Amino acid sequence: MGGDEALVEARGLRKSYGAVEAVRGIDVTVRRGEAFGFLGPNGAGKSSTMRMIAAVSPPSGGTLRVLGMDPTDDGPAIRSRLGVCPQEDTLDNELTVRENLLVYGRFFGLSRPEVARRADELLAFVQLSDRAGARVEQLSGGLKRRLTVARSLINEPEMLMLDEPTTGLDPQARHLLWDRLFRLKQQGTTLLLTTHYMDEAEQLCDRLVVIDEGVIVAEGSPAQLIRDHSSREVCELRFGADDHQGVAERIQHLGERLEVLPDRLLVYAADGEAVAQAVHEGGLTPRSTLVRRSTLEDVFLHLTGRSLAE
Amino acid sequence: MAGRVESATAGLVWRQLDHWRVRWRRTWRGSAVTTFVLPVLYLLAMGVGLGAYVDEGGPQASLGGVNYLDFIAPGLLATSVMQTAVGASTWPVLGAIKWDKTYFAMIASPLRPRDVLLGNLAFVAARLLMTAAVFWLVLLLFGVVALPWALLAIPAGVLIGMAHATPLFALSARLERETGFMLIYRIGVVPMFLFSGAFFPVSQLPDPLQWLTQLLPLFHGVELVRALTLGRPDLLVDVGHVAYLLLWCVVGLALADRSLARRLGG
Repeated sequence: MGGDEALVEARGLRKSYGAVEAVRGIDVTVRRGEAFGFLGPNGAGKSSTMRMIAAVSPPSGGTLRVLGMDPTDDGPAIRSRLGVCPQEDTLDNELTVRENLLVYGRFFGLSRPEVARRADELLAFVQLSDRAGARVEQLSGGLKRRLTVARSLINEPEMLMLDEPTTGLDPQARHLLWDRLFRLKQQGTTLLLTTHYMDEAEQLCDRLVVIDEGVIVAEGSPAQLIRDHSSREVCELRFGADDHQGVAERIQHLGERLEVLPDRLLVYAADGEAVAQAVHEGGLTPRSTLVRRSTLEDVFLHLTGRSLAE
Repeated sequence: MAGRVESATAGLVWRQLDHWRVRWRRTWRGSAVTTFVLPVLYLLAMGVGLGAYVDEGGPQASLGGVNYLDFIAPGLLATSVMQTAVGASTWPVLGAIKWDKTYFAMIASPLRPRDVLLGNLAFVAARLLMTAAVFWLVLLLFGVVALPWALLAIPAGVLIGMAHATPLFALSARLERETGFMLIYRIGVVPMFLFSGAFFPVSQLPDPLQWLTQLLPLFHGVELVRALTLGRPDLLVDVGHVAYLLLWCVVGLALADRSLARRLGG
């Protein structure tokens, strides 16, 4: 493996659409072989950043190098070595599953026999061999996403870019996709993905940046981000009444930090059980109490004051 | 390793051959039947049926002294390729942007918006060639083509189609909603179809309307094809028609190139 070789280097990268600034100066380095994630809510600027890196949307400012080249000048050369799995399906609905791969591979200048060989391999890889002759229209959302992943691999890309790869999929379909992506990572493919699911980021990413309103607010491995920006545990309390604010003032001192959400209170502390006990001893009876470990969701909440699911 | 990177436009357009070939294979049978059957119906109803009344007092001077069937046949060829061009450069273009989003998949590969545009237009040209050729064969069956000049009506048909396809492609690439197509049909396609001299000589129209029709590319297309199928081209006039149609192609292509690049690469 190339080790420290940077496949993506962005410095002060910006993108605006008219008066709207979607990306407001971000620095990112993605190294060969790693799985790198952009975590953030919808509209944070993740997709705009991905489109710039994929060399289909010119940056409005800053510098960007992808595979050592300039996306504005060397678009075709860069794209020939990338795999792109967009957020919305862009499959050709009039064609069959296999035809989608055959036709797409030709855009990369591959010969017909070579494309046919790879198409069959990839259909097996995403477990779609038995649907090879089906029209794409007839596929479920999960199968379409798998086909999109297969299509994005037809040119044996050095870096696979996935924009919200499992949004809208049921749990089973998500896990199958995660498994395939994990295998690709094992084989040395660099993964670059965006997600607003913290479990997806934790499962797949070696390193990630939290992005909000077009700027990076934190960077690190999932474990490191949790360590740096949250407590070890969280005590979630639900009270029936709408007097969350009043309760919050009474229990504020029990943890390192407290967040008031519309439906619950989150008390951040090293020992969540101790918080739960202290709440009860204080004469309060929450409708439900849950003690759990901190996740990236908590990191995000802490850094932006908003929840990812919003 | 992916194939050698060829950023020359011709190479990148050529790589789309299989894409368009497979799409063609899915639809050509249905369109071939309509392409053949419709002209036959039109020629029977209008050329033969209606023509019997028009020709009652012998060939009309305003029709250039020919039978109504001979007059209307080239007009139908020209309007037919125009309609094929409209169909191929409106809904499918917006669909590839908005619904299937296949253009976005294509530009994620080495292809650039310009390559996609040229590939798509080459496909449209191939469809136009089929429409024009099939129509021409029908005309041959009806015995209304004067060889050898009439052979040129086929490439002329492709040219007429492209003169409409390129500006409409530009328009489609800018549309947000398909309701725009209704407007294009009502205020553009239908009046043009009726008033471009395909069914009656535009000399029958009041002067201001006559001048307006002369701006329409279809008028020049009809005149050109008619001169060719009747076997009596006038070099200067017909080169003028060709030049005017080419102008529409060139301007349309430039506009389409800008529109698509902006729509896909924002």
